[in-house]
Amino acid sequence: MTDKMPVTLTINGEVVSRHVSPRDTLADFLRQDLQLTGTHLGCEMGACGACLVLLDDKPIHACLMFAVQTDGMTIETIEGLNDRGTIADIQEAFHQRNALQCGFCTAGVLVTAYHLLKMNLTDSREHIRDELSGNYCRCTGYEAIVDAIEAVARDRRAGLVSVREDVDA
Amino acid sequence: MNAPLHSIDRPNSYIGRSVSRPNAKRLLAGRGRYVTDLMLPRMLHAAFVRSPYAHARIVSIDIADAKAMPGVRLIATGEDLSRICKPWLGVLDHFKGMKSSEQLPLPTDRVVWAGQAVVAVVADTRAQAEDAAEAVVIAFEEIAPVVDIDAARAAGSEIIAPELGTNVCFNTKIDTGGIDGIFATAKHVVEEEFTFGRHTAVTMEPRAIVADYNPSEHQLTVHHATQTPYQFQDLYSRHFGVPEANVRVIAPDIGGSFGMKLHVYHEDMAVVGLSMMLGRPVKYVADRLEAFLSDIHARDHRVRARLAMDEIGTILAMDVDDVTAVGAFSSFPRTSVVEGNQVVRLIGTPYRFKNYRAELSVVFQNKVQTSQYRAVGHPIACAVTERLVDMAALRAGFDPFEMRVRNFIPDDAYPCASPSGFKFESLSHEVCLARLKTMMNYNGLRAEQAELLKKGIRRGIGIAAFVEITNPGPAFYGVGGARISAQDGAIIKVTPSGEVQCQISVTELGQGTETIIGQIVAETLGVDRERVKVMTGDTDNTPHGGATWACRGAGIGGETALQGTKKLKGNILTVAAAILQEKPERLDIRNGYIVDADGGQQRIALAEVARIAYFRSDTLPPDTNPQLTVAHHYAPQGYPFAFTNGIQGSLIELDAETGFVKILRHWVVEDCGRVINPMLVDEQIRGGVVQGLGAAFFEECLYDENGQLTNGSLADYLVPMAVEMPDIEVAHVETPTHDTELGAKGCGEAGTAAAAAAALNAVNDALAPLGAAIGQIPMTPARILRALGHK
Repeated sequence: MTDKMPVTLTINGEVVSRHVSPRDTLADFLRQDLQLTGTHLGCEMGACGACLVLLDDKPIHACLMFAVQTDGMTIETIEGLNDRGTIADIQEAFHQRNALQCGFCTAGVLVTAYHLLKMNLTDSREHIRDELSGNYCRCTGYEAIVDAIEAVARDRRAGLVSVREDVDA
Repeated sequence: MNAPLHSIDRPNSYIGRSVSRPNAKRLLAGRGRYVTDLMLPRMLHAAFVRSPYAHARIVSIDIADAKAMPGVRLIATGEDLSRICKPWLGVLDHFKGMKSSEQLPLPTDRVVWAGQAVVAVVADTRAQAEDAAEAVVIAFEEIAPVVDIDAARAAGSEIIAPELGTNVCFNTKIDTGGIDGIFATAKHVVEEEFTFGRHTAVTMEPRAIVADYNPSEHQLTVHHATQTPYQFQDLYSRHFGVPEANVRVIAPDIGGSFGMKLHVYHEDMAVVGLSMMLGRPVKYVADRLEAFLSDIHARDHRVRARLAMDEIGTILAMDVDDVTAVGAFSSFPRTSVVEGNQVVRLIGTPYRFKNYRAELSVVFQNKVQTSQYRAVGHPIACAVTERLVDMAALRAGFDPFEMRVRNFIPDDAYPCASPSGFKFESLSHEVCLARLKTMMNYNGLRAEQAELLKKGIRRGIGIAAFVEITNPGPAFYGVGGARISAQDGAIIKVTPSGEVQCQISVTELGQGTETIIGQIVAETLGVDRERVKVMTGDTDNTPHGGATWACRGAGIGGETALQGTKKLKGNILTVAAAILQEKPERLDIRNGYIVDADGGQQRIALAEVARIAYFRSDTLPPDTNPQLTVAHHYAPQGYPFAFTNGIQGSLIELDAETGFVKILRHWVVEDCGRVINPMLVDEQIRGGVVQGLGAAFFEECLYDENGQLTNGSLADYLVPMAVEMPDIEVAHVETPTHDTELGAKGCGEAGTAAAAAAALNAVNDALAPLGAAIGQIPMTPARILRALGHK
């Protein structure tokens, strides 16, 4: 067994230092070492999107990255996004439109939604569907998710919701 | 008939309203409580050594090296676990003559599918357990694998379970008589051979279990991602010899199930045994490959069917031969026969014809077990029926809508029965058909299709009517000897602050069970929905019940909650009447207040009644005896099943050069009786449709000739993605069942039941001008090109 290696990174706004096995994925590190269990594993090969987190504010698959690779980087998970209120309008739209059922894929979907809305990749339903295609959802059939993201995009464009600026990024 | 239970203007009127799900908020915050996420003190982790062969004898197992690996706590074989776990047998008495072989958590002598767990390794971490699993050495002696349904039944085939002497699990026949004569003289006969691929549930959360045996109390607690905690409480008790009262099964948030997580799995039984051997919690979560190799699969049917019709387009008869392969044994406790049985009994059910013959053969093969998955049998029955109806329509020159108008059971002809013996209380095919035609703008679509064809654009339009089995009574499993409950139970109580808690045996899988139960309790009692908390999924804290499967949560669970709440309301009004010196029948509850039944004048707050009952019973008349907690059980009575119906429409565009199909639109008109929450029903329909479209175009578990699964990953097994799926328009017709006061039937499987059939008809509609046809799903581009004559 290879010795554990030290890593120091920022997770959800806090500096975290730990020793990790070189073979530990970022997903396992988040879930097991830090008990950030909102990030889920669905395929462990970067296909399903359940494990999406933000690395330096861009979505990445936590199952495809080793924890040791994240030294010095900034990670944000669903717990962080939730706590700093930056996706409150997305969460509310998902809740009202029932854009989730079992909820297992939802953290990854919210990470994608956060990114799409931030980058203005929401000009049409087709575009939203295209961008969402890295997130597998077995329950909803996707339409409610598209509706919810479309509604948030509309409201944000109309200035109905003030989005809190990034606190830590 | 379709009047609401209460006036929609009445306070606390929730039944029939699209309200959001309170429990969805924690899921949106990343605060779900899935078994996958669970960590317990001193918890260990299991991994399994799996068979690389589909069929082999186990010659020897060497665990010496593995045992010495870091962190390893226990390595257990089939022999070890057989000492503490009684075998199980997946047969039911009402399937006469069905056979299967006894199963143990891990095999002792033979492996019967590639990927079967053979040895369990328990270690401090999952990684250590997997490392040690690689060091276990098993010597196998290969046996010829049985993979093909015809070869399995041929003389001289290798027999998978030698003690049975055959690879045939079950045969059944339905024959109303005179079928050959009808076909010999009919004006039109159409026939087709259909092939339905094996597919699987692909829940986003794979199977997960934490078994926690505490020897000091002889207490077994199992945190189990399952739809059916009570069934597993019973099973764990019986198979491991732990008193039922000492077995607690907790099913917290579940990351998708769709029927897949209510079957007995070898690994799950092993994990319970491992925890008992160690006296510590043991966790096992299937990884995605393990899920593909060991979750139940479904479908895998070959159906040869024909339909006879007279010169004016009246269907005279259907004749069906269904052969299905179910893996190496029948699943437990629901068996692997139910799907085939439902196929042969559901075929033709929307239609009036009375002459029917069907034969079902259920065959063993060296692949993973199949069993009940969303819409069990319905997609096959529907596709066979509706494709043949379209073929007959084409042959005789009728439009598909016209063909159905001529042959549906009229809406005023109920009650009636199908040739296969199903009894229908009241269905609405005619009104659903008319609604669909308007919704689709069918005539407009046909005109557009013709115009586009001139430009070389090939559109296809398909429709498919269905009948769905919901609200099953004991006739489904109980009569066959399965210890699976058809009833449900609820405990409903008023807290001292006048709030309400409902502990109920139907379970939440994300479909909204807790929400609709809350709606029913709040409306029936007369309180704000936010004052009602619903709890599910814990056998220690809820009454025993069937839980959630076969579309029974709303119909049976909802009626349980309704009747229990009425009982509670009566008790509350009795206490209130004593306080107010009034007759109970002159009082009602609205918005959390006891009011005059006439006029609605507020008399006293529910909270005040509860305060007096709990803390100042001395101020009540001596015989008041307040009962502010009630328990209520309800089992379906009347019809054995509450059948529902509906019809779906599909619009696709075919690229005849590449075989690619673009799904453009999908429509559903559905009748699930009383709709409790329209938004949640619509989302069940949409999710179900997409699973059905997955089966129609993408999903298939592919095996090679050696019985090896060749696409066990989410990159190789294709599930529908957002970009491939259309918007789905849903409408409802409400024909409540009169067997209950609530009138609700099920809706969770309706989408899946007919989506593939509608798509199959749409693709064939696009192929027809090219003189081509397809009878196989999934309709992959390669298969469509083959249908078009390409090699």
